[in-house]
Amino acid sequence: MKTYDLVVIGGGSGGLSAAISAYDEGVKNILVLEKEAYLGGILLQCIHNGFGLHTFKEELTGPEYADRFVKELIEREIEYKVNTFVTEIKKNDEDFTVIYSNQEEGFVLINAKTIITATGCSERTRGEISMQGDRPSGVMTAGMAQKYLNLEGYLVGKNVFILGSGDIGLIMARRMVLEGANVLGVAELMPYSNGLNRNIVQCLEDFNIPLYLSHTVKRVIGKDRLESVIIQQVDENLNFIEGTEIIFNCDTLLLSVGLIPNNPLLTSLGVLMHPKTKGPLVDEYLMTNVKGIFACGNSLHVHDLVDFVTNEGAICGKSAAKYLKGNLNTNNIININNGKGISYVLPKTMYLNNDTTFKLNFRVNKPYKDVELIIKQNDKIIKKLKKAYLIPAEMESVIILKKDVTSLDDIIVEVIE
Amino acid sequence: MKELICIVCPKGCHLKVDDNLNVTGNGCNRGITYAKDELTNPTRMVTSTVKVNGGKLSRVPVVTSKPVPKNKIMDVMEEINKVQVNAPIYIKDIIISNVLGLGVDIVATRSVL
Repeated sequence: MKTYDLVVIGGGSGGLSAAISAYDEGVKNILVLEKEAYLGGILLQCIHNGFGLHTFKEELTGPEYADRFVKELIEREIEYKVNTFVTEIKKNDEDFTVIYSNQEEGFVLINAKTIITATGCSERTRGEISMQGDRPSGVMTAGMAQKYLNLEGYLVGKNVFILGSGDIGLIMARRMVLEGANVLGVAELMPYSNGLNRNIVQCLEDFNIPLYLSHTVKRVIGKDRLESVIIQQVDENLNFIEGTEIIFNCDTLLLSVGLIPNNPLLTSLGVLMHPKTKGPLVDEYLMTNVKGIFACGNSLHVHDLVDFVTNEGAICGKSAAKYLKGNLNTNNIININNGKGISYVLPKTMYLNNDTTFKLNFRVNKPYKDVELIIKQNDKIIKKLKKAYLIPAEMESVIILKKDVTSLDDIIVEVIE
Repeated sequence: MKELICIVCPKGCHLKVDDNLNVTGNGCNRGITYAKDELTNPTRMVTSTVKVNGGKLSRVPVVTSKPVPKNKIMDVMEEINKVQVNAPIYIKDIIISNVLGLGVDIVATRSVL
């Protein structure tokens, strides 16, 4: 059986970055496994521009961004396999066994000293939100429509309504208009959009597509193909308000109603999951409770920008390298919790060791204006930041100096209004 | 006074522009340029795909080499939809040069072999 120092599961932005950074830290015996026919992950169907401003200081399209990392991987001669699906990870005394399958090799067992999972996320489907009415064709996720349109060249409908104002929904609203479809509107359950502000401007406002905040689909109507949807306004408790129905005659309903990290391999290994992010619980090194298993990218928690995934992948790769060298010091553990106004904090734990900094990521639970972000231990403030705007759609990241952490008490992140 | 959301990068700064085109609320200098352009000559990047014959993929993604005037977006799309290319196509290949005389090329963003 072949043995690798590091097996990276997933050849998208997280996995590529992790493999490259582990290699640069001295880990040369790496294998990257990708289930699709090409490396690059979801970036390949995100043909719009706006990627890479943080990483490259320029705006790239998704395929261009992916290409840069694929080239870096190939330059380093890091081994990878495409069209290869990992079916199981088993824990041994000292290492792990990874079982993968592909057409050329069949089922193959390999040993891995460490594993980085970067398996991305899935879109929530109609089945995951309660939506009343018929079950016609023409109801699908925005990402599925994006895959059909951008990779295959199929426009999935002519008259389109979109539920959910996540970025994929907004991007697809514009994309379908450009290809000749009529986008009638976007409904958002919450009183604010979940997409980036710039996407509201350049995808909806530019094309005069109305955004119905505090509205959701009440009923789906159609015998074989979708014929219409009824949307209705909701109150602050998300209950329907009588008399606010609007009917849209449309052949397509796209859903952009959230993303869920995809971690089918981890639960059977005994990896603990975060109730809010739906990804694994990790420490500051992005290591799960099963030592030697690391996670990054959208399978860890859903990111707004690929640049953040790239950064996280790099942290993950460095951590795996450190672990392999036996330099990962996990003594003096400190828990990190979300306080008032914060919906989740990642990582869940940090260590008071010789490293100088660690990175905290978190999201607020609703939009805030002119507030202070406080990171504290008991009454001692570690860091205080003034923020003009905070919205749930935008993840906040703060670098904490470990010398400012003076005790082993829980660290709390909170918003002060 | 006009309020704009900057679309230069995903940060989405809230800009305020007065009648003399003085910009405040910008996180970087690109916000100033954006606000002035947006109020005088708004432009956008356009991305789409072009049909490929004889390649491993049936579409190649493309982008404009520079932003195009906002009111020309649909005209540019029409030109993009007129063309077909033959594989191999390499990333950065020019698919249409100087589209509609705008001084902007349509460029491949992926290789299709």
